[in-house]
Parts: sequence; C-alpha cells; structure tokens
Amino acid sequence: MLISLKWLSDYVSCSLPVERIAEGLTMAGLEIEAVSRLHPQLKNVITARIESVEKHPRADRLSICIVSGGSASYRVVCGAPNVAAGAIVALALPGAELSGGLVKEAVLRGVPSQGMLCSERELGLGDDHSGIWLLGPQTPVGVGLDEALNIRDTLLEVAITPNRGDCLSVVGIAREVAALCKTSVKYPGTSVKESGPPIETLTSITVDDPAGCPRYSARLIQGVRIGPSPGWLKARVESAGVRSINNIVDVTNYVMLELGQPLHAFDFDRLREHRIVVRKSDAGERFTTLDGTERNLPDGTVLICDGVGPVAVGGIMGGLNSEITPDTANVLIESAYFDPISIRRSSRRLGLKTESAYRFERGIDHGGVIRALDRAAMLMNEVGGGSVASGLIDVYPERIVPPVLPLRVDRTNRFLGTDLSASAMREVLEGIEMKVEQAGGNLLQVTPPTFRGDITREVDLTEEVARLAGYDGIPVTSPRIAVETAVFDPHQRARHELKGLLAGAGFFEVINYSFIAQEALRKLRYAQDDPRLDPVRLKNPLSDEQAVMRTSLIPGLLQIARHNLDHRNEDFRIFELSKVFLKRSGELLADEPHHLAGVLAGKRTPQSLYGSGEDVDFADAKGIVEAVLRFFLIEGARFRADALPPWLDPYGSASLYVGDKHMGELGGIHPEVQESFDLKRPVFLFRLDFDGLFALRGGVPVYKSLPKFPPVARDMALAAEERLAVEEPLDFIHALNEPLLEGVEVFDIFRSEQLGAGKKSIGYRLTYRASDRSLTDEEVNEIHGKLVEKVMAKFGVSLR
Amino acid sequence: MKEAVQSLLERASRALSGLEEDPKALDQARIRFLGRKGELAQLFKELGKVPDDVRREVGRVLNEAKAQLEELFSEALEKGREHAEGKREAIDVTVPGRVPLLGRLHPITQVALEITRIFNWLGFETVEGPEIELDYYNFEALNIPKDHPAREMQDTFYISEDVVLRTHTSPIQVRVMEKRKPPIRIIAPGRTYRCDSDVTHTPMFHQVEGLMVGKNVSFGDLKGVLATFVHEMFGPEVGLRFRPSFFPFTEPSAEVDIQCVICRGQGCRVCKQTGWLEILGSGMVDPEVYKYVDYDPEEVSGFAFGMGIERIAMLKYGIDDLRLFYENDLRFLGQF
Repeated sequence: MLISLKWLSDYVSCSLPVERIAEGLTMAGLEIEAVSRLHPQLKNVITARIESVEKHPRADRLSICIVSGGSASYRVVCGAPNVAAGAIVALALPGAELSGGLVKEAVLRGVPSQGMLCSERELGLGDDHSGIWLLGPQTPVGVGLDEALNIRDTLLEVAITPNRGDCLSVVGIAREVAALCKTSVKYPGTSVKESGPPIETLTSITVDDPAGCPRYSARLIQGVRIGPSPGWLKARVESAGVRSINNIVDVTNYVMLELGQPLHAFDFDRLREHRIVVRKSDAGERFTTLDGTERNLPDGTVLICDGVGPVAVGGIMGGLNSEITPDTANVLIESAYFDPISIRRSSRRLGLKTESAYRFERGIDHGGVIRALDRAAMLMNEVGGGSVASGLIDVYPERIVPPVLPLRVDRTNRFLGTDLSASAMREVLEGIEMKVEQAGGNLLQVTPPTFRGDITREVDLTEEVARLAGYDGIPVTSPRIAVETAVFDPHQRARHELKGLLAGAGFFEVINYSFIAQEALRKLRYAQDDPRLDPVRLKNPLSDEQAVMRTSLIPGLLQIARHNLDHRNEDFRIFELSKVFLKRSGELLADEPHHLAGVLAGKRTPQSLYGSGEDVDFADAKGIVEAVLRFFLIEGARFRADALPPWLDPYGSASLYVGDKHMGELGGIHPEVQESFDLKRPVFLFRLDFDGLFALRGGVPVYKSLPKFPPVARDMALAAEERLAVEEPLDFIHALNEPLLEGVEVFDIFRSEQLGAGKKSIGYRLTYRASDRSLTDEEVNEIHGKLVEKVMAKFGVSLR
Repeated sequence: MKEAVQSLLERASRALSGLEEDPKALDQARIRFLGRKGELAQLFKELGKVPDDVRREVGRVLNEAKAQLEELFSEALEKGREHAEGKREAIDVTVPGRVPLLGRLHPITQVALEITRIFNWLGFETVEGPEIELDYYNFEALNIPKDHPAREMQDTFYISEDVVLRTHTSPIQVRVMEKRKPPIRIIAPGRTYRCDSDVTHTPMFHQVEGLMVGKNVSFGDLKGVLATFVHEMFGPEVGLRFRPSFFPFTEPSAEVDIQCVICRGQGCRVCKQTGWLEILGSGMVDPEVYKYVDYDPEEVSGFAFGMGIERIAMLKYGIDDLRLFYENDLRFLGQF
C-alpha cells in the first residue's frame, strides 16, 4: 500500500526523519518496502524566470532564452511559441528524467542549451502540450517545481500482512507511527451539518442477513452537484494509486483510504421504493456489477437490494443500476461491516478482487462504521454541496464487544525470554489504544480497541508486547532442552552416500520438476493399460507441460539429455535420485517411492592426448548398475534380457533381478523414443528401484582373514556358439563347488575368421588357492584339467 | 697375503676409474671384487690356511680391505648416480594430468546438505514428508482455514478438494508432532510447489523447515539457534535482524534478515538498497497448532522456521537466474 507522508502528517506529528520512521515501522512489523518521491520525474526541475528571448540565428522556430533560476542563470534553446520575457516557467536541468527521456546538455543548431523549458504534459502533470507551462506570477523562482506547486511528497510503500487489516488506511498507519513516536493520533473531523429532513422520513433499511452483515448504516444527502473533485481530493486519491472519478465517488474512496472503511454511494433516485434491503442471494440469481459484467451470484452472497432487486454485491462491488452518474442529485451513503469469511468466500467464487473486499475480508473496524459515515457525509457536503438529511440509520442488532484478555506478566517473559515489568507491558499496549487494567502484580486485563479484531488471545498480546518493545531487545539465548543426539535415518544416508558415489563416478546430479506432460509418458511407449500412464493429475496446472506428477524419472532425464546435446554438451553422464508418484487405489495420497535413473551419452572418456574417446555402450550402463549393487552389498544379482520396458532397445538391454525381484533395467534407448524426444544421438539409460534395493541391502560385512599362501591361475579358452551366455559356464563351475577354486572371471571374448561364423572364444581365468599351503603346479593342473573336461562335456565346446 | 691384499686394492681402484658413467660395468666390477665368489671372498677363504699366530692380523687386514673396497665402490656408485642425474631430462609438468571422470551434486543438494548439517550439529534430526499432501496438514492444522486471507500468500496446486502439492515444508511439523511427544528437534528439507512461474518464481522449489518444541523454549532461544545458523552459514561477521511478521502458524512471527552479502549492508540492487536480505521466516509455534496435535500450550512451547534453498544457493554462489537450477545445463552444474 502506498502512503503519502504528507497525508500521514495530518493525523500524527512525528519529528523523526522519514528514514527513521521507515526503519521503525519495519521493525514493528509493517515492512516499508520502498521510500520514494511522489513525482520522481520532477527531480532537477526548478522554477525559473525568462529574462530575455532572442531568435535563434539558424532556426526560425527556435528561440534562445536566458532564464534565471534564482542564483544561477541558464541559456536554453526552446521551440515553444509562447516563450516571453518575464514569464515564470518550469526548467528541467540536465539529469531530470522526464517521461520523454533524460534531459542532457545539448547543442541545437550550433547553440548550446543547458536545459529544457517544459509543457505540462512533458512534466507528467497534465495534458496541455500547446506550449511551455506558464506558472503564476506569484510562483517563487529557483526552487523545486514540486515544492513551488506544493505537491512535493514522499510515498511509503508498506507491505501489510493479512492479520493487520487495521493498517490498510492512512489513519491505521498513523496509529503505528504514533506508537513509534510515543504520541497520539489526531482523528479527522466528522462534524456533519444536517439541514435536510429526518432520514427516516426518506428511506428505510432492513437487514435480513445479520450474520453476513452485522452492521449497516446510512446517511442521505440531497441536491448534490456531481463534478470533478477539487485538486486536493484528486491528488490524495491519486497518491494512493486510485483513479479520480468524480467528487462523490472520490470521497468514498478517500474515506476508505483514510479510515479503512469501504463505503458505497448509491444514486438514491435509482433505488426502487427508496429503500435498502440486505439479504442473502438466492440460487441462480444474476446481477450486473458496475464494471458492466453480468455475473452469476454464488449462493449465500450478501446482496444489497432496493425494494425490488439487487443494487450491489455487499462489500465487494456496486451495481450498474444504482451507480452515481453526472445527473445524480440525491446520494445514499452506505457504511457497513460485513462478515470477513462471507466476503472472502463470495469474492473468491466471483473472481472479484476489489479494494473494498480486500479490506472487509481482513476485518475492518466495526466500531468505526459511523465515524466513516459521518466523515463521508461531511466531505461530500463540502465538495458537492446539497443538504444532509438529519440523523442516520444504524442497523446493528448485535453489538460486537471486544474481549477482555488476561496477560500474565511472568508467562509472557518466560515465553519471550525477556524481563519486562508489568508497567512496561502496559505502556506499550496503551500506546496502541488498548485499555489495560492491572489485576494484581502479575496480571493485566487488556481490552483491545474495536479496530484490532486480530487480538483474541493472550498470545496475541504477547506478540504485541514483543514487537513494540522490539525484537532487538530480546536477549539471545541457547535452548535448555534435554540432550538427545539426532538420529540419522539410514535411507537418507544411503541416498546421500550413493549420490556421492555416482558423482565420483563421473555422474552429474540433476533436479527435474516433479510434474511432466502426460504426453511425455506416452512417448515412453507404455502399453495403454500400463498404470504409469495413469498419473496423479493437477487440477490447476500452469501448462500441459507440467500437468501430471511423474511416474518415471526417464522423461525428465531425456529432456535434459536433449537440452545438453543441443547445447553441444555431448559427452555426459547424469542421474536423478528422487521420488516418483504412483496412484494408490482407495487412498487420497500417492505412493512416493525413490527411484534412481541416469543417462550416459557420448564418449566414455573425452577425447584427449590420453585416449581416443570411445563411445559409451551397454557395458558402461551395466557397470554403473553393478557399482550400485556393490554399494548396497547386494550379491547374486542377475541381468536378463526379459521384461524390458518399452523405452529400451529390445536387442541391447537388460532387466536387473535380485532373487526373483525385478529391481530395474538398463540399456540403449529405443530408437522410437530417441526420435520422439528429439535426441540427436542414441544414449544409454538405467533405472533402479532405489527403495527396493535399499530394502535388500547387505548387512555389516564380516571380516575374512587375508590369505597367507599364493594363488595359482589357470586360463581356459572355450570356442563356443554365439548363443552360449558367458554366465552359463560360470554358473556351472560355481555349482561344482571345487574347494580349491577361489574365483573365476571372464577375461577375454573375441571372434575371428579362424573360429568361424556364429562362434566366439570366451577366455576364463580360474584362480586356485589353499588356505593352508602353497599349491603345486601338478596339483593345480590335475584339478583344473578335470574341471575343464566337465565344462567341455557339459556345453559341448572345444578348447581353443 | 698382505701383498695379495694390497695388489687387490690397487687393481680394484684402477679398474674403477672411468667406470662411473657405466653402471653396468661398475656392477660387474663390484661382483668381480666384492661378490660372493669374488676376489676378496677368495682371499677370505684362504684365511683358514694362514698360520694361527698371524691369522688374527691377516683377518684384520682383510676386513680393512673389505671396508676400503666397499667405500671405493659406493663412491663410484655415487659419482655414477650424480653423472646420470646430470644427463636426465626433467618431465614437462605442464602436460595435463589424466583426470578421472568426476561429476557433481546439484547445487541445491549441496546447499540443502550444508543447511541440514548445521542443524544436525545442533541436535536436529532430519525428517521428511510426502509431497502430495492433505489440505489438512498443509493448511488446516497449520491454522490456515479455508476462506482465510492467508491462503492467498501461497498459490496452491490442487490434486483434489482435499489434496494439494505441499506449498511449504511446514506440514511435516504437524506430522511429526502428531506422532511424537516433546522434546522435538527436527529439520525437514524437501521439494515444495506453488502455481507461480516468472523470473523470480519456479513452480517447484525447495525449502528447509525446522521445529523445536519442549519445556520453556523461548523466543530468545529462537534467536539464539537461528543466529548460530546464520553465522555458520554466512560467516560470523554477518549481521542479522529479527523483524516482526505474520505467519498463521506462528506467533509472534519473525522474518530473519541478514546483512546483504553482496554490498555488506551498504545498499545495492540485490538488497533493493535496504542493506538487508530476507532469508527465512520463523516464529513461536501458535497455540492453535498445538490443539491439532494434542499438546498443552501451558506445558510446552517452541519455535519453527523455514527457508528457501534456492534463495540461499543464489546468494551463496551469486546466481542471478533462478531458472538455471532446473535447466540442468552441464556448463552450469559443472561450476559447483
């Protein structure tokens, strides 16, 4: 909210400089976001007198003026027709930032010019651009233009939290400034000159919805003249960013800005039967608000009606059928208190946010309804003439009484960590117009003023004490709380450690939005009935691209892969370890398991003086999955080319099993998926069920003593059919349970013309070792020979 | 015998001259004179044949000769080494190293870990909660009823009438208090969502929530814990202030501002000339919240706080565009 400092000073006198006021309000909870000058464009614009005017020697339409700005004089080239010696004008000096641009010293047709004489429009103060603005002969010369015009002002931009509806007005801010400066507020005058007939003889008010409208009051003015507002009124409403409309409407806005009470002015002659009825809307009712929009009224909306039908949506917006027009003569002024929740509900359902609704839903001063009514009647009478009917109508069936709240001094101090005396607390509370009574040494009985509807509990008073005494003064302490060590959740810890491991293996962690496009899931080629195509959907997504909660990390990773490939980051490994969201039938909330997935692209090691830079392949993807298995101390995992997801290349991919549990998959991207995600080149992918692997993780390893005797290695090269999986002989050898065999590994696979088509050579290295002696060559040869024979017999292969 | 020894020494010393540059020949010479079957060893063998009365003396001479020979050789060896070193070329140490592939954690992860670790040291346990959350935990139990203006502070993504994407990490407070009894000290990092997207807002972002509840936990304690955090995170010299504010689930509430880390409080574009940067919201847990978890506000008190991780990461690294975090360009990720 913008607050004019000049306007503020009508109600509170405070000698502090504006910076100190801003600082003080900020530290009392009213954050001043900016302090700015009203009409900032008038900086470096001064008043000056034209001393002489000469024709420009090289331009017919230009004149050279010597102008005096008090102590200094300037030579200014000007193109306006109305320059004349003796005139007092506005001179923009170099540095002034007018709407037309920055004013600089310039040379015009060979003549230097030290500034610019301005029209009203150039100054942003009016529409006249027929010539330079000629100021009155009494205008002081050599002072700032805004000062000379008495429009210099400072604006405070105040951020007001939702609990402080009472501060949505100049007087509301004045109360806080008064507390700051330890002074009191001078409330604006409300003396109404009543000269008309008694109001009861002219109109009546019936409230049928006292819950929605606990208080409704009105006054009537007859014979007003509608016209433009006087300068002061226009300037004030405009300083708060409100457009000036006419004298009557401007007064309603002025009083709302001044006192925080939204008001409405009806054209009394357009109220059928000349009366007001306040009721709830009926189902299906429609009404045209004064912005010209016909609206469906939500059920239970508070409606202001005349004798026939609605004339305003209570507290939110008036109606087209009763608005003030240039011909209006008689005005009914409404000042009411509407229920905040009711207003908020209606305003939200109507999609209508107005200054009025904004204040009502935050709670206005139910005790200040009449003050605002009187103030408006007085001002309308001043600016629009006419005669005010005598008396007012105030329908207020159930008076709202502020609570009397206890404030325990010791508890407050304990809660805040302070050592404030009862009288210190009393003083700050009284500073914001609370009534305080001492009820024993430790207890204050506090009655908040009617404008502080947010104060309903002891803790609300505690907060007031804290903020007004100042948070700065509260001593910094260390909590005295039982010593307990923080427990580290093993799941979190595994995530952090695994992320570290992956980063150490060359992977960059990425973070994607949790929501994706439904289309992105479809691009993964899932079967139509796949549950991953039935994600949790947002009701109000920002775009189709962010419309559903991801059921897979893969689309996001592929989008990042694409971004990087398109930006020439071609060799990369990325991963995301995060949640996916899976619907659970019959549950409100989704299952949110952690997945780990990654993309490998480009060269295994970037091309450099050390390497040729080979492309990554299946083995790289499998290797990282194997590393993850080692991290979890999971043994006996299997890779099988079955149950592959549709986004993987069916001939270059595998599923991971631990026992019989499917734990993930890896391999090359499916060519169609590569195309639909627009990837310039194929990539390799892996996806793991993190939570599943975590559950299967190995326990604490048990130490095995280190071998004391040397190993003996023997190789076995099999010439086998292509379709023999290298793992089959391995499994067979393990199953033989040869006690001296320590381990077997594949060390070589190759194909050659000699071997023939459809054949490959697999080299296995078997390591033998005894725990109690060094094995002899003879011993090993015998064992190894028998083992090789068994393998050959089993698989029908020959040695190479 | 003595003569034989003398002659051996002379021959050895002759043989050695000039051999310094030839380590192989030097080694052969060493074997010839000092080896196991070398000339000196032969002489030692003959010691047995020497008459008893002089054996002792001859033995001494032999041992002396051995020592002299060994010294001769080690000198030659040393000279040879010096010579060889003089001839070697040092490697070009400016040739690039063979760097193993290294990745990085996302800056958001790094900063979240840094924040949670500071609180872990202070005894706060890291906990987590669901991201698709009940309206009840996200709003209602935090004293934000439907039709309350405070809902406007947070633009919410809805899944259904009763289910939302959590707009903050605060629902974790309620979930934890519901399950446990005080004392409680938790820190809860995670993803949060608001339907707002422009230069300074992404629809998903990260927060860290903290909560401490126990007997006689005071506003002064809130100041103490958060001041410790700020000084660990931003440096002990950084000033901070607690400014009254409003959150529906805390009272009194405080925004914590730190002195602008860019201009050191002088006023700049980043701090909008104020010299201060808002980095976290905090406050004493509102008694209304305790009602939902069946705590007695007369018995316990506590404070809660929350901060945006992106904001802290931007300040820490000087990042000026929020959206970079979610573009995941490797040229960005590689910088942290």
